[in-house]
Amino acid sequence: MRRRQFLTLSAASLGGVLVFSLDRKSSLLTAQDKRLRIPLRFFDESEALIVAASASRIFPSDESGPGAREAGVAIYIDRQLAGPYGRDRFRYTQGPFEDAPAEFGYQGKATPREIYREGLKNLKGFDKLQTVERDKILEQIESSLFFSLLRQHTIEGMFSDPIHGGNVDMVGWQLVGFPGPRMSNYDDVDKHFGEAFRPKPVSLRQVTGIDVRPSEDEK
Amino acid sequence: MKTLPAVDVVIVGGGWTGLLMAKELGARTALSVVVLERGGPRKTEDYSTDMDELDYAIRFRMMQDLSQETVTLRHSPSQRAAPLRQHGSFLPGSGVGGAGEHWAGVFPRFVPDSFELRSRTIEKYGAGRLPDDHSIQDWGITYNDLEPHYTRAEFLLGISGKAGNLRGTPIDGGNIFEGWRSTEYPTPPTKIPYVSSLFREAAKSLGYHPYPVPAATTSISFTNPDGVSRPGCAYCGFCVLFGCMIGAKAQPTNTLLPVIQKQKNVSIRTGACVRRIVHDGAPLKGQVRGVTYVDASGEEIFQPAALTILASWTLNNTRLLLLSGLGESYDPATGQGTVGRNLTHQVLISAATVFFEKPLNRFMGAAAAGIRVSDLDGDLFDHSHLPFLRGGSFAVLNIASGPIANFGVLPPSVKARWGSDWKKAGLHYYDRTGSIGFSGEHLAYKGNYMDLDPTYKDRVGDPLLRLTLDWRDNERKMAEFATAKGVEMARAMGAKEIIPFPGLRTYDATKYQSTHLQGGTIMGSSPDRSVVNPFLQHWQFSNLFVLGGSSIPQNASSNPTPTILALTYRTADAIVERYLKNAGPLA
Repeated sequence: MRRRQFLTLSAASLGGVLVFSLDRKSSLLTAQDKRLRIPLRFFDESEALIVAASASRIFPSDESGPGAREAGVAIYIDRQLAGPYGRDRFRYTQGPFEDAPAEFGYQGKATPREIYREGLKNLKGFDKLQTVERDKILEQIESSLFFSLLRQHTIEGMFSDPIHGGNVDMVGWQLVGFPGPRMSNYDDVDKHFGEAFRPKPVSLRQVTGIDVRPSEDEK
Repeated sequence: MKTLPAVDVVIVGGGWTGLLMAKELGARTALSVVVLERGGPRKTEDYSTDMDELDYAIRFRMMQDLSQETVTLRHSPSQRAAPLRQHGSFLPGSGVGGAGEHWAGVFPRFVPDSFELRSRTIEKYGAGRLPDDHSIQDWGITYNDLEPHYTRAEFLLGISGKAGNLRGTPIDGGNIFEGWRSTEYPTPPTKIPYVSSLFREAAKSLGYHPYPVPAATTSISFTNPDGVSRPGCAYCGFCVLFGCMIGAKAQPTNTLLPVIQKQKNVSIRTGACVRRIVHDGAPLKGQVRGVTYVDASGEEIFQPAALTILASWTLNNTRLLLLSGLGESYDPATGQGTVGRNLTHQVLISAATVFFEKPLNRFMGAAAAGIRVSDLDGDLFDHSHLPFLRGGSFAVLNIASGPIANFGVLPPSVKARWGSDWKKAGLHYYDRTGSIGFSGEHLAYKGNYMDLDPTYKDRVGDPLLRLTLDWRDNERKMAEFATAKGVEMARAMGAKEIIPFPGLRTYDATKYQSTHLQGGTIMGSSPDRSVVNPFLQHWQFSNLFVLGGSSIPQNASSNPTPTILALTYRTADAIVERYLKNAGPLA
């Protein structure tokens, strides 16, 4: 077992009270001493800070609303990498590994975990930089596989159901006007033509009343 | 290897076709029937918590586990094939119900002339118009042979729609270009969401004949002829890539399983992965003895059976025949062999991605609730002066609008791919983006086929199936034509900006196309050019039947499940009414 790692963040930066699935249980996290200590499953603290800082440049908190920081995207990515997806449980990983044109899909041997570990090595100290410098560095790695995963995972962490650790308080869904798993739109689907209809978002656990188990918690 | 007591019928695969056949044999005979399904058990209640885009639509929780087995792909016989290491252009299902659990439920019949594609095309345009390397052939049946079975399939599933051709009488508001139908749809059309209603008005203004998509997401509660009831659709939007949480979308588990569970002579064994069809090897009039499979604990088992029915989807049906040495593997160089030939997919493109001024409320809808236009399907328009044959249908559906998959689809005027500008544009356009889909016909060619891969293996060491597949000019030019029409339609819908389809180049395995792969064990009127006869019975091994998309000689533009179910009904009739009375070749 590795030593337990935590991501320590100021409560202000995360926007207050969070509901997370911690250690495979639901719990309410409250800020103590204005600091939150979030247990990490895959990253160590310095890696998590770099991921949080880079995700915040991809999906920034700015005048158009909250971003990756408030949504807890770094926590989302930490859990995905710790789970079956991170170790390529569902990908065909038998050799030989040969290069093929892009339309055959990713042919590499490296798992998402390995791609992150390698990519993060080149971003040491990233979270200590000014935003202008951060953006310059991300521009340099824009075409890398690591960046494309980071960008995709940032979108996932913004907009997936909160059971996965991101989209805290459904901030992502509120931003785009997605109501989540709404059981019935029967009375509304053929109405509201041409105008925004925005029911208040609800999460899968709120809708079903069931402690739904996300895939990253599976073996 | 353990040998089990013999059964009358063993069915390989527990999806739409395998379970429909099991239900029919269970109801109409006293035969002992065993269905072998390699995935796990499933029931409607499993879906009450599945409305999670990440695990289902992004991580593909319902799909085949590719770590165990995938396929390889190359574009031409001279290339080395690469394994498809993750899901992409098609999504095979796994578990009871198969891909019929996560499908969209779009349920159109094929245009009548597609069953006689070769003869009708030659009759009208001359043999010189067929592409040089085509391997197009007639099915050996006609639309009229299948019409009653289409009707049975529509009533089994409670399909919602509006008839456009009732016994030859055109009906306004339905698809007036469809083949004649003996009855109206069992349930009225679904509700139509905003973006689809914009498409309906636009299509009308351009002189087309829009109609509601025939949908297995039933509009009202419905009880089918087997007494199975399903509720009406709630338009929650979690259809395709999900199982329906309330059972409104017809799936094998909510339509066939409730009947099968009451049948004492039918049983389903899950976790049973079939490896070989056992046969006596006689080349001309052989007999199949049953199948061997690996069960969930890894034990290899022989299940003897008097009658074997292969119903494990296009790719696995073909692979099992090849692995079992049943019939000769097709060789494109010589044209010899029949197993694996005529692999087709479907030209499924977004002819126009459309950006609107106003929000669309795209979270509301069903994957099959929308509007379709078929004026340019099949040979409904003159191709004399066009650079391609055949056509397809356009549709605007409220399909797969989840924010993970759809955030960041942006008009050409936005250049940023991340950062503040990208985020701002993404937030604005997320609910203002629609798509005019086109599903077009994919002709069969001599060089598009399947065989066993010489390099890559599955988890137990058997060779993977190798697809040799690419587009030809006919598909590329058809897509170009459809794109120009789609852009006109988008303008008529009031588009603010449009991304036209960029064009078909080589076959791209990374972009979802459809799960409508066809061919490999095709039906036909001659054993020289087909694997099964028009009753889907193996030409050489008369106690083997092969059901599903693998029997379709070439794609016919529309979604194939209605035709596949109709063919299954027709085969069930042939088995019950003829084969069981006099076992032997039916054709």
